[in-house]
Formats: sequence, structure tokens, C-alpha cells
Amino acid sequence: MSKKNSGGLLASPHFPFYVTAVLFIILFGAGSVIFDGFFSAMNFLNLFNDNAPLIIVTVGITFAILSGFGGIDLSVGAVVALTCMTLAVLMRDTQISPFICMAIVLVIGTAVGALNGFLITFFRLQPFIVTLGTMFLCRGLTAILSRDSVPIDNELYGQLAFMSVPIGEGFLSLSAIVALIVVVVATIVLRYTSFGRGVYAVGGNEQSARLMGLKVNAIRLKVYMISGFCASLGGIAYSMSMLSGYTQHGLGMEMDAIASSVIGGTQLMGGVGFIPGTLLGVMIQGSILEIISFQGTLSAWWTKIVVGILLCLFIVMQAVVTARKNRFMSLTAEGSAKKEKK
Amino acid sequence: MDMLKRFSRSSLALPLAALAILLLFNAIFVDDFFKIQMMDNGNLYGRPIDILHRCSSLIIIALGMTFVIATGGVDISVGAVIAISSATCCVMLGGDISGIPHHPFALAILCSLGVGILAGLWNGLLVAKFKIQAMVATLILMTAGRGIAQLMTDGQIITVYYKPFAWIGDNIPGVMVPTAMIIALAMILLVVLLDRKTSIGLMIQAVGINPVASRYAGIKVTAVLFAVYVFSGFCAGTSGLIEGSLIRAADANNAGLNMEMDAILSVTLGGTLMIGGRYFIGGTIIGAITIQTLTTTMYALGVPSDCLPAVKAVVILLIIVFQSEKFKQMFREYRMRKDQLKSGGKGGKEAANV
Repeated sequence: MSKKNSGGLLASPHFPFYVTAVLFIILFGAGSVIFDGFFSAMNFLNLFNDNAPLIIVTVGITFAILSGFGGIDLSVGAVVALTCMTLAVLMRDTQISPFICMAIVLVIGTAVGALNGFLITFFRLQPFIVTLGTMFLCRGLTAILSRDSVPIDNELYGQLAFMSVPIGEGFLSLSAIVALIVVVVATIVLRYTSFGRGVYAVGGNEQSARLMGLKVNAIRLKVYMISGFCASLGGIAYSMSMLSGYTQHGLGMEMDAIASSVIGGTQLMGGVGFIPGTLLGVMIQGSILEIISFQGTLSAWWTKIVVGILLCLFIVMQAVVTARKNRFMSLTAEGSAKKEKK
Repeated sequence: MDMLKRFSRSSLALPLAALAILLLFNAIFVDDFFKIQMMDNGNLYGRPIDILHRCSSLIIIALGMTFVIATGGVDISVGAVIAISSATCCVMLGGDISGIPHHPFALAILCSLGVGILAGLWNGLLVAKFKIQAMVATLILMTAGRGIAQLMTDGQIITVYYKPFAWIGDNIPGVMVPTAMIIALAMILLVVLLDRKTSIGLMIQAVGINPVASRYAGIKVTAVLFAVYVFSGFCAGTSGLIEGSLIRAADANNAGLNMEMDAILSVTLGGTLMIGGRYFIGGTIIGAITIQTLTTTMYALGVPSDCLPAVKAVVILLIIVFQSEKFKQMFREYRMRKDQLKSGGKGGKEAANV
């Protein structure tokens, strides 16, 4: 009986999410025990304030990963850089209101996503290669706009960037609030809309999805547009914390986002993933950074090593869980087959 | 005409055509592009040599990548492994300004290669034993690798003053050709020999097309997968030596940065598909040379280095679209329609005559 229960827990689609949640509590708890002042509302809220761009970008990339067919979006980091630079240049050279500038960059990001989606679905090209190409394209375009760092000194934009809502002793910045809204909306869309269920279906088994009458290509195209949109939205959040545009902004962000998504329980095969887990994945990375900054003597590259170890743990765990689940399923299938015989 | 047709259908046609167009462009717009001079110290010098020199390490990792991609996988950790390998060598040699190495040079080289092989073993373990998707498995080392390299160098750039270390990236005194080119050539020979004289190539293709069927056919799939990742790690280790020697230092942040992307591009430019199966070593080599030629051309034209990716991206996207089945199918349909129109027109005329 207990064995069956453990199989049931392991087979639960949210099992990786529970592990991520426990891991986050352990990490944050360890930090609170070791360092004075680590356990505070401000410190917890800072996880959102500091990582808002990464949260938004990771939600987008999770959509791309969920859609299967080797789904991935390597262009997100470059789109973040392009967004920051476009915003900075637009506000420097023109008198356009910052809000219109933001709308323009969101359109640009979505267009990059649409280009990715079009090449992937129409020509059936590998997402890895296509988004690698658009990554180079966006980085290059950023450099063409300006090779030097361009500061954003628009007054209204600065006010937006420093806008915050006090919560208890701490506060949430505007971009953190936007990030949380994105997480909630994405969770609802994936769970309760026909489009969201379509994404899981396409990622789980493309052939079945097609036979079910789902428009596989349309869904994938939308998925990449969402990823591009989220990347540019994340770029806006990034520009609010940096208040500049620079070619090196968001360098390697795509890999951080993929790592967060995987730590959050998304399977890179597609079809399995849970957005709140993604949020926790980002927060785990953020906690590691905070612990390192509290510790003071360790360098930031320890983050990379710890994240690598965590990635490894999660990936091996996923492999084990999948194998267990398959065995569990085949066992139950055998059992029911025997029953039928009787 | 027939030969031309057969050539245009061969896998090498596209990469060769791309390279030819680039070279033609260079011949017209860049002065003295093909000029090769003898320097005073007996070294060869000129743009073509420069291109081959600079793309040597790319060719080496692209060779390893070809096999990995042929098995249906990908190794995105090579850039990080390059950083680790060059850090190993530099740490072993030490940064003494007197130029006296801490350990013998040969030992340092062996350790660097060993570290590369170790990294390959790790990737192979995850992919072959734990059956983890290749991209995910190698992502681990890609994320952690640069951190490990930083750990080895203590986050500093170690400059090596030991003279012979520079020979790997430069010329060995008295030899006309840059050493990196000789190493790359040796690796190419090794790979071609492996491919032609043993059945390993066939096994790799079989695993790439259908691992389950290959296992039933008696191929040791696990061993083949292990072998390709170890070889890729070995290639990255070799490449790390060259990259480290070029700047005579260990730069954990920038050594081999984005090299994995360039290697994957070289392989796909060469006509090998990311889904695995057939692979083209010649295509990979030409792909790597094409990428480097593109880079050198852009520099020669005065395009700043950070704008380069945009040009690269357009070329890459065009080439992969041309290579796609869908495009080929569209092209065939277009030709068929044109033929039909022609014959249809003729038929109409004949009908009118009757």
C-alpha cells in the first residue's frame, strides 16, 4: 500500500514542483539560519525585485520548451538587449512618450518571436538553430543601433522605474508586480484555456495532437510569439533596473532562463511543466545569489557552479522519475490486464 | 551538365557555393586578399593563412561536434570545456614572469587533454547511461564549466611567460605553417581514418537514425554514445590549448566564448542535420572555414566586431532555409509547374496546328 502511494506521489505531475518548493525552503531557511538579517520581508521581496526580468523571460521560454519538437528559444537574451537599446535610442533621439516606446519594443519582440515561429513551423527547422540565428541577429542589430552604452534619462521613465508599492517593511517594484502578473496570467492560460491545453498536447505528442484536430503549427507560432513578447517585456523590466541600453545586456540570460525552467520542473522534451515551478526556479537562483552576497567572501561565479549542480540533480531526478513512472504504469497496465483475463 | 547536376545535388554543393561566393566577393572588394608572403623569420603570412590559422580550433571542435550531432545529440559544453582546458594548462605552467614552468610542458598538455576527456566522460555518462537528453545533459557543464575554470584560476587572468607555450597558437620556430593548422590537419586525418578504416562511422549513423534498432542489430549504443562525447571532449581540450596559447593566458570568462554555437553552425552549414544520421566531415570543415572567412571578410571591410553577428545571422538563416526539405519541395514544385507550363504551351500549339 505504502509502495503504491509513493508511486502515486512520484507519478503526480506536480512532483518536481514539490521538490523545487522544498529545495527553495531549505535554501532560504539555511540562509536565514546562517546569516542575521537574511530572514526579512525586504530580503524576500528583493527576490522578486532583483529577478523580475528573469522571471518574465523564463515564463516565455517555458512556453517555448513546453511546445516540444526540441522547443527552445535562445534569442531571449538578445531580445532583452535589443529592447533596452531600442528604448534608450528612441528616448534619446525622439520626443516619443515612453509608453509608446514600450509599445514599439513589445511589437519588435513579438515580431522576432513570430519570425522564429514562422521559420520553425513553415520550414520545419530546428528551433535550436533558428533561435540561435535570431539571437545573433538581435545582438548584431543592438550593436548597429549603438556600440556604446546609451543611458536612459527620460524623467517619466525614471519615475516609472522607481515606482514601488510598500508591503510590510519592504516594497515591490513596478517590474516585480508586472512579473507576478505575468506568472499568474501564464498559469491560468496554460491550465484553463484551450490554447494552454493545446500547448501541452502538442508538446506531449505532436502526432496525437494533430490527429485530435489541433492546429499544431498555429499553436507553435503563437508559443514563439509569446516567448518573444515576454522577452521584450523582460527587456523593459531589465532597462528599468539598468536605465541604459548596451550590447552586453542580458548576455547568457537564455541559459539562466532555461536552467531556471528546468529546476522548476519543466522537461526539455516538452509537454511537462508548471509555471509556478518556473517562478520557484528563478527564486532558487536568486536565493543562491543572495546567500553569496551575504557571505561576502565568495565570488559570484560560485552561483554558476551551484546552479550547475542543482541542474544536474534535477535532471537526474527527472530521468529517474520518468523511468519509475513508466515502470509503474506498465505494472498497473499488467495488473489490469490480468484482472480482465480472470 | 550532368556532372554539374550531380554536383548541385551533392551535400557539399551548398557550403562550397557559399564559400566560393565569399571568396569571389573578397577577390573583388578586398585588395591583395589571396596574397601569401614569406615573413623574414620564414613564417607564411597573408589573409588565407590567417583564415586557416584562426579557424583551426573551430575545425577541431566542429569535428567532435559532427559525430555528436550525427548520433542525434548536441554538445553545448565545448566552449566551457575550452575554458577549463586552457585554464588547466596555464595553471600547471604557472604565471612566473621568469618563464620557468611549475610543471613540465608535456605534463601540462596531457593534463589539459585529460581534463577535456574527463568532461567528455561526464557528458557521456549523463547521455549514454542516464539517458538524459543531450542538450540538457551538456547544459550542466556549460553552466558550471566557466565557474570551475574561474575556480582554478582564482578568478584571475593568468599570463604565461613560458616561451614554448606560445608555439601552439603561433609557429614553432623554423616551421613555415602555424602549429594550430598542423594540429587541425592531424585531427582531420585521424577522423577521416576512423571514418574510412573502421566501422565506427557506420555505427554512429545507425545510432543517430534509430538507437533502438541499432541495439537490436547488435551495436553497443551506450559505448558508441560514450565514445562520441569523449571524443568531443578531447577535441575541446585540444582546442583549449590552442585558444589559451593564442593569448598566452587563461581567461576563464572569454576563452571559447560562443565557440559551441560556431561549431554547431559549422556542422549544420556542412549539411549534417541536427536530428542525427548522415554526417559530412568535409562539409563540416568547409563550414568552419566559411564562418571564419565571413568573419575575416567583415573585419577587412571595417565592420565592427559587435555588428558582425547580424551579418552572420542573416547568412545562417538563409542557408538553413535553403537546406530545409520544405524549401526543396517548394523549389521542385515551382520547377514542375514551369515545366508543365512549357509542355502545356507546346501541347496547345500542336492542338492548334491539328
